[in-house]
Amino acid sequence: MTDEPRPRPIAGGAPAGGAVPEPTFADVNRDVLATLGPPGNLYFAWMCVVGLILACGILAWTYQIYFGMGAAGKRTPQMWAMYITTFVFWIGIGHAGTLISAVLYLFRARWRTSIYRAAEAMTIFAVLTAGLFPLIHAGRMWFAYFLLPYPNQRYLWPNFKSPLVWDVFAISTYLSISTVFFIVGLVPDVAALRDASTGWRRRVFAMLSLGWEGSDRQWRHYRRAYGLFAALATPLVLSVHSVVSWDFAMALVPGWHSTLFAPFFVDGAIFSGFAMVLVLVLPMRHFFGLHAYIRDRHLDAMAKLILVTGLVLTYFYACEAFTSWYSGDHFEKASLFWRLTGSYWWALGTMYFCNCVSPLILFWKPARTSPVILYVVSILVLIGMWFERFNIIVPSLAHDFYPATWGIYVPTITDSTIIIGSFAWFFLLFLGFIKLMPSLSIVEVKETLSAPVKDLRHAGHH
Amino acid sequence: MPVTIETILGVFAHVDTTVRALEELKAKGYHDLTVYTPVPVHEIEDVIERDRPVSKVRLFTLLGGLTGLASAWILTAWSSLKWGLVVGGKPPIGLPVSPPYVVIMFELMVLFAGVATLIGLVMLGRLPQFWTSTSYDARFTKDRFGVAVHCAAERATSVREILRGAGAEEVRA
Repeated sequence: MTDEPRPRPIAGGAPAGGAVPEPTFADVNRDVLATLGPPGNLYFAWMCVVGLILACGILAWTYQIYFGMGAAGKRTPQMWAMYITTFVFWIGIGHAGTLISAVLYLFRARWRTSIYRAAEAMTIFAVLTAGLFPLIHAGRMWFAYFLLPYPNQRYLWPNFKSPLVWDVFAISTYLSISTVFFIVGLVPDVAALRDASTGWRRRVFAMLSLGWEGSDRQWRHYRRAYGLFAALATPLVLSVHSVVSWDFAMALVPGWHSTLFAPFFVDGAIFSGFAMVLVLVLPMRHFFGLHAYIRDRHLDAMAKLILVTGLVLTYFYACEAFTSWYSGDHFEKASLFWRLTGSYWWALGTMYFCNCVSPLILFWKPARTSPVILYVVSILVLIGMWFERFNIIVPSLAHDFYPATWGIYVPTITDSTIIIGSFAWFFLLFLGFIKLMPSLSIVEVKETLSAPVKDLRHAGHH
Repeated sequence: MPVTIETILGVFAHVDTTVRALEELKAKGYHDLTVYTPVPVHEIEDVIERDRPVSKVRLFTLLGGLTGLASAWILTAWSSLKWGLVVGGKPPIGLPVSPPYVVIMFELMVLFAGVATLIGLVMLGRLPQFWTSTSYDARFTKDRFGVAVHCAAERATSVREILRGAGAEEVRA
């Protein structure tokens, strides 16, 4: 990453044929601290690219605020279009982090430890990105506080029967709990940073670590609290995307009104979330030389999860088509037929190829540990999952019950730029994070290593 | 005569030697111990948690969760009585609960329980503390284990012996 040679992590580095040795506790501290070293030119180059794209996005948003929502190509019946597509996409991305840190924690899947910090950061940044879209989409976003229940002189309260209000609650709770989870996990690691640094950095880290010492009293409550957070976050992971799906499923629009939507959305969210984890973790492993921590078996495990959720998603697609045909409902059948053959058939084709066909290569064992194949599949999955949400929103709204209101949506430069800008915003946050905080959990990685033991005769049972 | 309390710290490089020291200290009646570990270790936890009650954090979680549940019920029910939006000809609130409000109740339950757990963790773990304690050593976040024994000054020598005998690489006051 840097121009001047930095000492490669002894335990890390690309494996040269042989097996990578297992790191010791001290190796973990050294290698994770090394990721926080001064960034090189490549890093700044990426930051500049991402910053420029973000600036374009902000300009486009300013243009939209000034000239109105027509700039975003919004005209009846296409009032949701790409903003809500991208909103659902980002919420979906935000699923993998808390799934890894809560659900896999409860299932004692130990391979989670080396990727969970990056995945949690990804979750928070993805939800922060998603949170922008209701504001962008609402147009006059300075009235966004209308969404919250607060006493006001008009005696108005939100309609708690509306899925859109549920969504506000679901997403704010998810963001809050994920952030708490993330920060609690960081505290012991920041203490390790404090003990390894000097000067003003030490003072900042000392404050952020809350004076953590790793004493038995602290660990006792910490462990208990962590288990409880995981137990609270597990149903939350499943609830968020279910609630998002009800934004659609509770409406009567053909193509939306389906009880299948909650599990269908949750599965898709996990699918795309893991793809994004791979997109972030593979370069991290490459540039930071973290091969000793993010091993091939971690990639293999993630690839298997992508494969499984991809197959489940394929099943849901089949179910969706079957139920609309079997329902006998004229509008459902017409909606399905039009989606398959109408103006957006290419979007549906892209989705089927990316989500159903491309992950199938992961049945082949070498593909599951090949960074290049995994990266390509992950990108395809992300594209496919974006199109899935597009296919739910746009074609369904285009042809609903009443032919006189049918209408096609065409993207504009303004809304496309805002959407590309949202990716830049996400990557800017993530790039900033990996240089400020340990992107690999020092404590949790150590927990999976065998603890140092003097008398090796008794070492076996750990 | 007031007893002067001294703190003796043993620094260990291995889990098994730490466990040995803890077992011996406990057998000899020293219970005022602070153990520092870079990660939670089962073997060490087994020894020090043996005669302790379970952490009270779960009480905070329970109370937080119930508070969230109750406040969401009150918020949704009270505000729909205040601002009546009749949907499908149904009464403004269902008893004991309107099905659509279950979502809000679930979300606020999780939110309040999570925040209460955080408060519990901070309070019970005595965080934030502005200075690390005197027996703390920077190596304890890296790869060393520490056993700090708080004992009467006249027993310091025997504590030192126990720690050294168990295999401490360093013993200091």
